[in-house]
Amino acid sequence: MFSTLAPILLQATGETLYMVAVSLTIATAFGLPLGVLLATSGRGELFEALWFQRVFGPLVNATRSVPFIILAVAIIPFTRFVVGTSIGTSAAIVPLTVAAIPFIARIIEGAMREVDGGLIEAAQAMGARPVQVVTKVLLPEALPGIIHGLTLTAVTLIGYSAMVGAVGAGGLGDLGIRYGYQRFRPDVMAAVVITLIVVVQVVQSFGDYLARKADKRNI
Amino acid sequence: MIRLSNVQKTYAARRGSDEHVALHGINLDIAAGEIVGVIGRSGAGKSTLIRCINLLETPTSGSVTVDGTDVTTLSKRDLPLFRRQLGMVFQHFNLLSSRTVFDNIALPLELAGATKAEIAKAVDPLLPLVGLEDKRDRYPAELSGGQKQRVGIARALSSNPKVLLCDEVTSALDPETTRQILTLLKDINKRLGLTMVVITHEMAVVKALCDRVAVMDAGVIVEEGAVEGIFADPKHATTQSLLADEFMDFRAGSDANSTPKTNTNTSGVAAGQEG
Repeated sequence: MFSTLAPILLQATGETLYMVAVSLTIATAFGLPLGVLLATSGRGELFEALWFQRVFGPLVNATRSVPFIILAVAIIPFTRFVVGTSIGTSAAIVPLTVAAIPFIARIIEGAMREVDGGLIEAAQAMGARPVQVVTKVLLPEALPGIIHGLTLTAVTLIGYSAMVGAVGAGGLGDLGIRYGYQRFRPDVMAAVVITLIVVVQVVQSFGDYLARKADKRNI
Repeated sequence: MIRLSNVQKTYAARRGSDEHVALHGINLDIAAGEIVGVIGRSGAGKSTLIRCINLLETPTSGSVTVDGTDVTTLSKRDLPLFRRQLGMVFQHFNLLSSRTVFDNIALPLELAGATKAEIAKAVDPLLPLVGLEDKRDRYPAELSGGQKQRVGIARALSSNPKVLLCDEVTSALDPETTRQILTLLKDINKRLGLTMVVITHEMAVVKALCDRVAVMDAGVIVEEGAVEGIFADPKHATTQSLLADEFMDFRAGSDANSTPKTNTNTSGVAAGQEG
């Protein structure tokens, strides 16, 4: 039995990791600048731009208030526009990315706001330009928090990717639903659950390791 | 070197707080190479005053002239360039936890776009000057409060400034470390001929370090003059009470129990852990 199960389990794990890795990467590319601007555009801050707060704050909140499964279905037209189809692993990357961007933006914003304001003042006193304050002070100092946050996002995305399995995306969630649930194969279901637990453990441990390495506050 | 003329700083009324006048027509002249102390209690406006010199705070009115330029007229583009001519040292050190001692000291040069070779050339001689040769590749978390402040001083000196602004630099340190840091600053003043502005609430700091002192109360300089003169004949009530504190500290120093000094000491340890 294991010999027949192993290849499909392996393939499903590969699909899940692919969806999570790609959506995490794209979402970070958008979420990082968004988070930086959310953290620095308030009143009296480096890039004061209150309109930005007023537009993107609520937008981020709105995206985060929609339950993921509803978001995934609601943006099907957009998904179709971007990848040409709404079914399959690549199509699943679109809703995963859309859901992860505001999540990452808030995490980056939070981590940056944790940085002691005295450091910003010190950098300005040294003659740092606003962009330099971000690149030389805020981001390096917030790095441990950012890594923790991205790890959290990756774990959340693994969960979400199992949900998009329900709308035909492949991956471990899809395997569990089709074989484990619909074909009454508790062994497949158990294998899927155990694999998910292992994957999450590995991702979390790796993230914790990186965050610890980046954190020089307690040596 | 530095001239403050009729400097006024008013914080606009916000929800929950009325308009607040932090500085009331401040006039202060600081000659090149001089160490001037600005002393006062919390809320007297001394931190605002020092921040008006490097424009971390923008004066509401009046002018601030540094080395012949009225710096209140500088554009946003020129302001960072001007600030690179001034070094600033802080009460809570404000070191980057993610950078080693060397890289912290190198930061102002990095910001100015210096090459690796230029940075090494400027930073390497500073390490022995502040007595941290053996801590070059350590992180701030591995240092004591006094060592952190030495890094802060070296960092302020790395861009070769003409002026050093010191904001309560010994207030988070114990008495022994305070003495060492004050000696170091005095030594730097002699060797490099730097102009220094020293903010403090302790008369002992003024006595150990400064040539001249301005006493502040409620946003006004109430008394100003050579340090010996002020100590010998304090005229204003604020000066007298600050001097009285010093005498109390001195007396309490002989008994090891709960003294004001011990309190400063504890807060220093807490600050050290944060950094």
